[in-house]
Amino acid sequence: MTYTLNFSAVWRSFDLLLQGLALSLGLAALAILAGCAIGLITAFGLVSKRVLLRKPAGLYVTMIRNTPILVLVLFSYFALPELGIRLGKIESFVLTLAIYSGAYLAEVFRGGLIAVPPGQREAGLAIGLTELQIRISIIIPLMLRNVLPSLGSTLISLFKDTSLAAAIAVPELTFEARKINVETFRVIETWIVASCLYVATCSLLAALMRAVERRLAVPR
Amino acid sequence: MDFSFLDQLWVARFPLLKGLGVSISISLSSIVVGTVLGVFVGLALTYGVRPLKWLVRGYTDFIRGTPVLVLVLASYYVLGTVGINLGPFQAGVLALAVFCSSHVGELVRGALQSIPKGQTEAAKAIGLTFPQTFAYVLGPQALRQALPAWVNTAAEMVKASTLLSIIGVAELLLRTQEVISRTFMSLEFYFFAGFLYFVINYGIERFGRYVERKTAVPS
Repeated sequence: MTYTLNFSAVWRSFDLLLQGLALSLGLAALAILAGCAIGLITAFGLVSKRVLLRKPAGLYVTMIRNTPILVLVLFSYFALPELGIRLGKIESFVLTLAIYSGAYLAEVFRGGLIAVPPGQREAGLAIGLTELQIRISIIIPLMLRNVLPSLGSTLISLFKDTSLAAAIAVPELTFEARKINVETFRVIETWIVASCLYVATCSLLAALMRAVERRLAVPR
Repeated sequence: MDFSFLDQLWVARFPLLKGLGVSISISLSSIVVGTVLGVFVGLALTYGVRPLKWLVRGYTDFIRGTPVLVLVLASYYVLGTVGINLGPFQAGVLALAVFCSSHVGELVRGALQSIPKGQTEAAKAIGLTFPQTFAYVLGPQALRQALPAWVNTAAEMVKASTLLSIIGVAELLLRTQEVISRTFMSLEFYFFAGFLYFVINYGIERFGRYVERKTAVPS
């Protein structure tokens, strides 16, 4: 074992890694926004009394949660064009990640919705709000506060899942790291730096979410 | 030559079955190794002396902050460089086991910490040594607590096994891709692979629910 660590080659391409990281963050941000929308709608479906809403929502969540995300990524990039849906690499990946996280977020939101006391809805009805108004201005804000911790961990695992975009050659962090790895042969150094970037970003996201939680905590 | 899906599926049955077998053996070996490792990680996180605790905490946080794909790629490329010659299968399973150990470690820690302190004190009061306390009092309760989440981790490992296709392990997804590159039926075969994974994971999920019901503390 005569391997000496030499990071200079990795530092020379460090801006590539940073660009990759920025793209990873962008992918995660877009996917979580779309995923939250999908998850919210699905969650209302999951708690609905109507079977026609509840069953399809449940089917979507079960199907997506039990399929490996790599299969979904490859499916939407390579198989959807056969159905006439042609998307670019980035679009198809963000779409997949949004649909994937939507299923997880639906479960998260469902738990949060159930935890909102029914009295809140009744109070809304009493002051003459419509069902939609109650949902938007009372239930969703209360629910969001309930689910912040799990929302945070979903966001972090979503950010880590952006690494799968490397499989369809989206130039995010993992893809760039692999490229540098192949070009410079500084194998160990590249992966050390790339993992440290991931770990640092995840810790930062976690700290950020904790700060938001503290800000929004219910005063006791 | 016939291009209908069922015919092609029949032609490709042996490669796909072999791939499924490889996927299952990847999942099983990484779950077994990862769980054994993870139990030690969890014990160190709960009862370890200070420096050991910090070390293990650093390990879990680092592993949990890194995407599984990065672990898989790093394990495959790095181990070769430092002269440890593992095949893609072994390197991949090692990466997944390490990933699994960090999850199981947190699971075990959570389960052990959720046991009320009175239990340990009661065990002390009747004169049990720590190993005895662990074997008769803490272990069984922690097991009941951790089992449902552990079953979920198992389903997670089956899903993560697909990542080994990227380093060239001929598991189900890679075999599927090979079949697709020959038949050009990407829609059908990706759907088929997804369906197989769904069946396996749904089975595990249902099993997890069953275990949860069976092991729930009667209230």
